[in-house]
Amino acid sequence: MTIQELAFKSLDYRKKILKYIKLANAGHTGGSLSCIDILNILYNEILNVLPHNFSDKNRDRYIQSKGHSVEALYVVLADRGFYPESLLETLCQYQSHFIGHPTKKIPGIEQNTGALGHGLALSVGIAIAGKMDRASYRVFTLLGDGELAEGSNWEALMAASHYELDNLVIILDYNKLQITGPNKEVMKLEPLSPKFEAFGCSVREINGHDLASIKQTLQDVPFEKGKPSLIIAHTIKGKGVSYMENAIKWHHGVPNDAQYQQAMEELEDRIINLQTIVPQ
Amino acid sequence: MEKILDLKYTYTEKKDTRSGFGDGLLEAGRNNPNVVGLCADLIGSLKMGAFQKEFPERFFQTGIAEANMIGLAAGMTIGGKIPFTGTFANFSTGRVYDQIRQSIAYSEKNVKICASHAGLTLGEDGATHQILEDVGMMKMLPNMTVIVPCDYNQTKAATLALVDHHGPAYLRFGRPNWPIFTPSDQKFEIGKAIKMIEGKDVSIFATGHLVWEAVVAEAMLREEGISAEVINIHTIKPLDEAAILESVGKTGCAVSAEEHQVNGGLGDSIAQVLVRNMPSPLEYIGVNDSFGESGTPTQLLEKYGLNAENIVKAAKKAISRK
Ligand SMILES: [Mg+2]
Repeated sequence: MTIQELAFKSLDYRKKILKYIKLANAGHTGGSLSCIDILNILYNEILNVLPHNFSDKNRDRYIQSKGHSVEALYVVLADRGFYPESLLETLCQYQSHFIGHPTKKIPGIEQNTGALGHGLALSVGIAIAGKMDRASYRVFTLLGDGELAEGSNWEALMAASHYELDNLVIILDYNKLQITGPNKEVMKLEPLSPKFEAFGCSVREINGHDLASIKQTLQDVPFEKGKPSLIIAHTIKGKGVSYMENAIKWHHGVPNDAQYQQAMEELEDRIINLQTIVPQ
Repeated sequence: MEKILDLKYTYTEKKDTRSGFGDGLLEAGRNNPNVVGLCADLIGSLKMGAFQKEFPERFFQTGIAEANMIGLAAGMTIGGKIPFTGTFANFSTGRVYDQIRQSIAYSEKNVKICASHAGLTLGEDGATHQILEDVGMMKMLPNMTVIVPCDYNQTKAATLALVDHHGPAYLRFGRPNWPIFTPSDQKFEIGKAIKMIEGKDVSIFATGHLVWEAVVAEAMLREEGISAEVINIHTIKPLDEAAILESVGKTGCAVSAEEHQVNGGLGDSIAQVLVRNMPSPLEYIGVNDSFGESGTPTQLLEKYGLNAENIVKAAKKAISRK
């Protein structure tokens, strides 16, 4: 896809995330909007994963450690044809399979995740298994910034480096906010890049909303032979809706009717603006 | 001088149950190329050295990072691998409960959590390392199988049986040398209790090291004219309810015996079965809401009332309550 086509996708995904959160009257709004551009590139450009090959041993694995941003994942998987999008109308409802955190009962989802600090160790295990089997698949993990306070992540990084897992790609959705407030007030993370480097990762920093940059960076993995690749994606929580951006209260939150209408209009305007740009 | 008891089972050798695990794992590795070992810096204590030596490409040291070991094991089930994790029982359960709950039990991963140095018989290291709550924690988890074998032979057989059992499992064993009194060629059937000794006055349901104490207690009771049935509950979950009801249906009362807290242990599981089906007197042999301490296994089992003498007293009490 062209970057412009991908940009349309991102805006469309954002609208759908809000639509289903509004319908469900529940959801993790800000984090889903901050990671959606990353998921867009992963599923449309990078992962060799489609409904017809989901049982293929050599499919790439995507593990969403920040499981609460599941709405973003559900929307992207529907778009990739894993299930009809209409099923998302049941999101978070009684007896729906589409529960509030990723579950492998949903086609396209590899693992149950959501309790923070578990996804990376799981991914390291999958990457070790891949090395044992000399399999061609790669393992992509999306971490939240708040969950970096869980020591389990650092245990897992030590092991990823010890076992030289260059088939592992860790992406940090670094929106600098967590449920209570800014990371730097809750538990300081910086200096982050040197920390990851000291733990044996090959680190790159990107703008996590720059689709071309995300794509280029993910195409470059592994950054170094024998090392896990770690991408610090600088993002904006609530990205794409003016009043949600960088606003702590939108960690989870359901827009009221007026807010919903405003959000949709803002996203529509950006779609119209995109259409007026002639692709090169 | 103490009178020599007429025991229904005898032994010529004592060995630690952890060695049963280590030897079982080695054999499992030879039988099945999917068996993988992980250990958090306790290779010697868990007797995993022989497996590591023979299958270095299937053995993963994780360092003293038990939570990470559990997560790695869950991930490594991909491609049909069967990970066996090894560390002490307290670090295998309490320290990593959420990892087990999320990534193994809820996710139905085929990981075998193998736990040594369980209970008071760890001995000298004292309360920090003597976990007495692990069976309770593990049996509460949906999808989890919980196994506590009684001697070296049974631990080895249980380890081998777990290779063919698909699903999360907790295997608990210990440190001290202990009588080997079950046959070396036994087949281990998960979930199938073993009637060790037939009796008619009281049912003694024992697990782990205390099965031996129950065998001794049976001989002591027999000398006093009391006929005790001894049943080895090596699988605490799924519990062999039919065996329990069949036995208590005959004897009318029971004793549970385990190296674990009374709260949440085997006795609690048996009580549930009896209360629902056949309300009957039940006496508990276990630790009563207390942590452990330093001492030899024999000293500690005596202090906390977990030996044959106390099983005898409990059996008489259960009979008196009929
Ligand atoms: Mg955040």
